[in-house]
Amino acid sequence: MTDVSASTTAEIAREYRAERARRAKRAAVLKHIFLALTSLIMIYPLIWMLAASLKPDTQIFGDIGLWPGTFEWQNYAQGWNALPVSFTTFFWNSTVVTVLSVVGNVISCSFAAYAFARLEFSGKTIWFALMMMTLMIPYHVVLIPQYILFMNLGWVDTYLPLIVPKFLAGDAFFIFLMIQFFRQLPRELDEAAMIDGCSPFKIYWAIIMPLSLPAMATAAIFSFIWTWEDFLGPLVYLNDQADYTVPLALRSFISSDGVSQYGPMFAMSILSILPILLFFIVFQRLIIRGIAMSGLK
Amino acid sequence: MASVTLSEVRKAYSGFAVIHGIDLEVQSGEFLVLVGPSGCGKSTLLRMIAGLEEITDGTISIADRIVNDLPASQRNLSMVFQSYALYPHMSVRKNLAFGLSNLRMPKDEIQRRVADAARILQIEELLERKPRQLSGGQKQRVAIGRAIVREPQLFLFDEPLSNLDAELRVQMRVELAGLYNRLGTTMIYVTHDQTEAMTMATRIAVLNKGNLEQIGTPYELYNAPKNLFVASFIGSPKMNLLSGKATGNKIELPGFGALAFVGAAGEMTVGVRPEHLSIGEPDGRRAEGTVTLVEYLGSEVFIYVALIDGQTLLAQAPGNASYKRGDKVHLSFRGADAHFFDSKGLRIEAPR
Repeated sequence: MTDVSASTTAEIAREYRAERARRAKRAAVLKHIFLALTSLIMIYPLIWMLAASLKPDTQIFGDIGLWPGTFEWQNYAQGWNALPVSFTTFFWNSTVVTVLSVVGNVISCSFAAYAFARLEFSGKTIWFALMMMTLMIPYHVVLIPQYILFMNLGWVDTYLPLIVPKFLAGDAFFIFLMIQFFRQLPRELDEAAMIDGCSPFKIYWAIIMPLSLPAMATAAIFSFIWTWEDFLGPLVYLNDQADYTVPLALRSFISSDGVSQYGPMFAMSILSILPILLFFIVFQRLIIRGIAMSGLK
Repeated sequence: MASVTLSEVRKAYSGFAVIHGIDLEVQSGEFLVLVGPSGCGKSTLLRMIAGLEEITDGTISIADRIVNDLPASQRNLSMVFQSYALYPHMSVRKNLAFGLSNLRMPKDEIQRRVADAARILQIEELLERKPRQLSGGQKQRVAIGRAIVREPQLFLFDEPLSNLDAELRVQMRVELAGLYNRLGTTMIYVTHDQTEAMTMATRIAVLNKGNLEQIGTPYELYNAPKNLFVASFIGSPKMNLLSGKATGNKIELPGFGALAFVGAAGEMTVGVRPEHLSIGEPDGRRAEGTVTLVEYLGSEVFIYVALIDGQTLLAQAPGNASYKRGDKVHLSFRGADAHFFDSKGLRIEAPR
């Protein structure tokens, strides 16, 4: 009796295991098909652009297929020097504006966030509310007053309107992001540092900032992407083609007389997204490290 | 070493008073424990001494210098926090050295002090680790190490053992006591655990709702509690409290009968510690009751006895005593072991 039931139990268990494995496999296959399809839809424009950057102009809009018949690598060489000013200059311009913006945003916004999260000053809640309200105002609303302001300062046709505001903690989104992060750091750390002889600045510099690398990296990544691909700001404030940033330069490929060089334009578009990709790859490691560090108590 | 003097210290948060004027004198080289139930203001008081919390009124002086407006870093004290508050991004060595390098101390002096502290606390092999790689007890040691490297004149501890498990707590308690004997520095220690308070303190200050109820040696607090709060807070298990009525020269205690007592009239409370309640002895005042629960602890037994009027008393008996639920027993105590409190809960010395 016991023998029979023992063998049956083992058999039943084996069958259950096998059935479970079959079901898991079926679910996994379905899941991956679904994910692959959705990814393809998301990534299709990028693939299309990559393909277009390698096609001759005549094929770009004429040919439905993605695969270029002939690889027009010279689109890249041509595109780099197609405009009166070389892309070397445009990339350099973009790099200067973007790097300074990222540095400015990370420093100034974290200062403001530290003040809101940790320091006491009069009218703190009112200032905080005001700051949050600026989140709700679209950029286009303040565009004209801002332009008049910078014109009166004589800053139009320079990079100053694109860079200086970044050093003045102008981006409420980053400030808010950092405030939230700082708030979850235990206050006892500040107090221990206070007893250890730290000034409020030293607490920020030696304790809060090193522990907030994930927030800093997030702000840096977003700041980089938004500044690098900003079109409207440079369009409004920069007039001289030699000062153009990459997005403005790309626009120059489309000329009003109808003779547009699409192949070289797409080639340069592909090159223009590489810095963003590189920056993201480098900085996302900090985000992951930050997550690993936050598991302490 | 430094003495600490609090006079008329008050604290209010936006008008709501939490500390109501505390006078306290901590002698140089003393181990003072602030004890009380949660919310009694003991941590706030400690944080005010540390300089982490502003003082609403009164003065605090450390080593005869008023420190009301002195920032925490200049009070020459160290503090150990409940959550340890180790800097997570720094190695143990850096955690220990951080405060010293802020004082612009020479490098070799920092190194010497860190090495000394590491040796005393047996954390030498942990120096290069990050706090997240340490166990609770190790973190606690590092936190204490960070306090002692500064060689301060005053140590403050804010419930430092409450995050540790029971076994480790006992061990760290012994080590802390050893550290105190070795350094001899003034220490102020906050805890809600009266066992910690009793075992480590030179003197204990009992706080309740922002008031200082009593300050004295553990012996004084246990044997002569000034009021009902201290009587029931100090001592584990708790003191039994019996309400009675004093009439001229005796107190009527329900169950126990009359107890000779001169000097008070009206409602009274008589307190008897569990170890002073004896079971089954024929002489003395006796009350009859039924055993409702027996807790066996090995060396001793706690016996809960319900008297006829419904009141439950706790008696302590040696570990070999054999009682079980439902047993009918007689409880008795000696008059000399009883504590007497008037209707306001204040102690009345029994005439001897």
